[in-house]
Amino acid sequence: MKSSEEIFAILKEKFGDAVLQLNTKLPKEAVIEIAPLKVTEICWFLRDNEELQFDNLILLTGLDDDNGEKVKLEDGTTETKGGTLSVVYHLESMKLGNRIVLRTATGRENPEVETVSKVWACADWHEREAYDMFGIKFLNHPDLRRILMPYDWEAGYPLRKDYKNPEFYHGMKVPY
Amino acid sequence: MIYEFLANLFGSDIIASFISGALPFVFVVPFALFAVWLERKVSAHMQDRLGPMRVGYHGWLQTVADILKLIQKEDITATDTDKKLFNIAPVLVFMGSYAAFAAIPFSSAYIGSGIDLGILYIVAVSGLVVAGILMAGWASNNKYSLYGAVRSAAQVVSYEIPTVIVILTVVVVVGSLNLTKITEFQTSRFWDWMIFGGSIAGIKKLILLPFMVIGFIIIYISSLAETNRTPFDIPEAESELVGGYHTEYSGMKFAMFFLAEYANMFAVSAIAATLFLGGYHSPFGYFGNLTGMIWLVPIEQFFWFTAKGIFFVFVQMWLRWTLPRLRVDQLMTLCWKYLIPIAFVNFLIVALIMVL
Amino acid sequence: MLKTEQMVLNMGPQHPSTHGVLRLELELEGEVIINVKPHLGYLHRCFEKHCEAMTYPQIIPYVDRLDYLASMNNEMGYAIAVERLLDIKVPERVEYIRIIMAELQRIASHMVAVGTYGIDIGAFTPFLYLFRDRERILTLFEKTCGARLLYNYIWVGGLSHDLPINFVNETRDFLKDFKKTVIEVNNLLSYNKIFIERTANVGVLPVDSAINYGITGPNLRASGLKWDIRRNDPYSIYDRFDFEIPVGEGKHGQVGDCWDRYFLRVQEMVQSIRIIEQALDQLPEGEITSALPKRIKPVEGQIYSRVENPKGELGFFIVSKGQLQPFRVKVRPPSFINLSVLGELCKGHLIADVVAILGSIDIVLGEVDR
Repeated sequence: MKSSEEIFAILKEKFGDAVLQLNTKLPKEAVIEIAPLKVTEICWFLRDNEELQFDNLILLTGLDDDNGEKVKLEDGTTETKGGTLSVVYHLESMKLGNRIVLRTATGRENPEVETVSKVWACADWHEREAYDMFGIKFLNHPDLRRILMPYDWEAGYPLRKDYKNPEFYHGMKVPY
Repeated sequence: MIYEFLANLFGSDIIASFISGALPFVFVVPFALFAVWLERKVSAHMQDRLGPMRVGYHGWLQTVADILKLIQKEDITATDTDKKLFNIAPVLVFMGSYAAFAAIPFSSAYIGSGIDLGILYIVAVSGLVVAGILMAGWASNNKYSLYGAVRSAAQVVSYEIPTVIVILTVVVVVGSLNLTKITEFQTSRFWDWMIFGGSIAGIKKLILLPFMVIGFIIIYISSLAETNRTPFDIPEAESELVGGYHTEYSGMKFAMFFLAEYANMFAVSAIAATLFLGGYHSPFGYFGNLTGMIWLVPIEQFFWFTAKGIFFVFVQMWLRWTLPRLRVDQLMTLCWKYLIPIAFVNFLIVALIMVL
Repeated sequence: MLKTEQMVLNMGPQHPSTHGVLRLELELEGEVIINVKPHLGYLHRCFEKHCEAMTYPQIIPYVDRLDYLASMNNEMGYAIAVERLLDIKVPERVEYIRIIMAELQRIASHMVAVGTYGIDIGAFTPFLYLFRDRERILTLFEKTCGARLLYNYIWVGGLSHDLPINFVNETRDFLKDFKKTVIEVNNLLSYNKIFIERTANVGVLPVDSAINYGITGPNLRASGLKWDIRRNDPYSIYDRFDFEIPVGEGKHGQVGDCWDRYFLRVQEMVQSIRIIEQALDQLPEGEITSALPKRIKPVEGQIYSRVENPKGELGFFIVSKGQLQPFRVKVRPPSFINLSVLGELCKGHLIADVVAILGSIDIVLGEVDR
């Protein structure tokens, strides 16, 4: 079994600047931060490298970092400007028992991350969910549609911290 | 005999024909109601439940109540259905299974129509059911209904072949298509029944016996398929096709399909019983003959005939609540690759035995 | 010119065998499936959004509603995740009761899976036999915590109630009778010729593809990989018990077909009986709550914690910013991920097989849509 430090060293050596840093400050989980537009390449490497063999994507999570500037609007609500959205990947190697956490952050205004749906097939629906809930666009995803919300939901992305429910949806009152 | 009796009583052939023709109806409708109740009770007891218990003693009036409810229900017809065909279909299906009763000999004293082509007529007229089902499926304008109907047509048409071949086997032995003659050929002693080789004397009967048993098994399996019962209920496979061809039907029209199904169950059981199990004959002589009360004999015969029919209906239910359902291709495989060749070889052997 | 068109058949959201409000768009060539497009979200209840507005203990009743057939396991998964985040240990007795409850719930969940699978294939009777016995498990739960489906029983750091009087004996009685039911179901369904015909060699999922799709739980084990979180990443006190992990053997067809997936659940029920019996034997006396602060307020950090649910690996990814409410709770819903392989498995099969394959994957829409 390899520790996150060792895996970070391997990645840093191979990809250089695309692998940003290893964050061990937070308790419980060490996080390797990577660049959003290098994700596919790094993940192919992680999956196919003999020493690593991360064959299982346990979970792909979208995350609103809520670190932007809060702007007060006229109607009293606030809207977040700037800041980042993140995608967190929990990877595991079923053969070797390694586990790591990757994280990539992308700008809130135009969130774009490369897809990993070709690397792990289960990422397909995970990424659709992240798109549905946070509006993160996964580049090169084969079928990026909403998955849990209605296909014609136009009021934004519900898990963003500054999301506001619409008044009406197809003439039906939404807030009860 | 009943027809002659009625003709004498009323002095008019027309009235006698009407009454005589209505008699099976008097039998079929209560029987269907009873069979629906029986099905629910049989399934319930097989599954550790009680089944209907509220309406009447052990719920025996439950189906009557259900039919009353169905009559009162709104007759829903979807906008895009083909109205004419949609309305004709349930009638046609019920007619097809009801018409078969015309040639079934209930006892030596009563047969709706004692035509010489009896069994052929039954096979032909049950073919009408397919037309009704196809009509229902197509007119419903629903993809599930259409799938159900097409599956049903394929299934009924395929399974008619082994049925007819087995019927031919019996016809070869008896030498007649008349169901009364076929019944009379088997006497009121159970070892003279067709399944045991018929009332043929000598070694021939022993040689015939195993092939007749095979024939009976084949006709029973195919009759299950012809009535769309489990394990062959794929036309109305609930878990795949929702309700199959009667998905869009409600109220009384649905009840018609329902009644037709149970009437059909009895019809095929009656045919199997007539061909192989002595028809209306008692297995061990008649009480009426013994005591000299000859008038009792037809009543006893009617009792035995109904008992045999209901027994096979019960077996059908038993199978339904025990077995899973086959897939459409496996169903066809069973028919074309197993039943038809076996039935055919069986028929050839029986024919050879009869020639020798 | 002759030309053929593909037919599109909508299966669900109202359909007897989509196991809930799942809608499948089937593209058909005759009865052969060309493509399957699942449409989800008819039961979406904004679980993750709700979590961000509630304190940690308040989330437990909502966790119940994810996989509503395995509420105990969900609660256990969530409670363990929060306890790991808080670094607290729970008393011995709590661990044992949790495991008894989780395994009873696993049996109940597999009963529904096995029973409804029988209905999908057309056999109605085993379903009712299993429900008769499931009723007894639910009665045990009811006596323990007053609820039959959504328990709110396993809390962070402990339990809501201790076991009722006579629970141990009643559970033993149930297990004794249940062993007979398993044999009955095997005779009636598992080894039935028609059932085997319908399920063997249908929807074969090779192990590589299963891992690639993130399949976990019985579905992965049926493909032949011995992978069980209870062994591979032990939580609670599962390392103290002696039980086997059954894997698919391809007895009647290829490894990883529908029959394997079905039969694996039957075998798992037997293993769960073993675990419960051992836990009942060892059950210690003691407290049922641990000393917890009044207000649960983890420090800033994040954790991914997983448990073995009846449907697969249930994980909770909790991000804390040091507040009373979690900053983000993400569930790893096993049903959701297992369902994503459906399209792949169904291609080239018949309509009837879609039902067989969907049933063998065993999804609960409450968890798929959250």
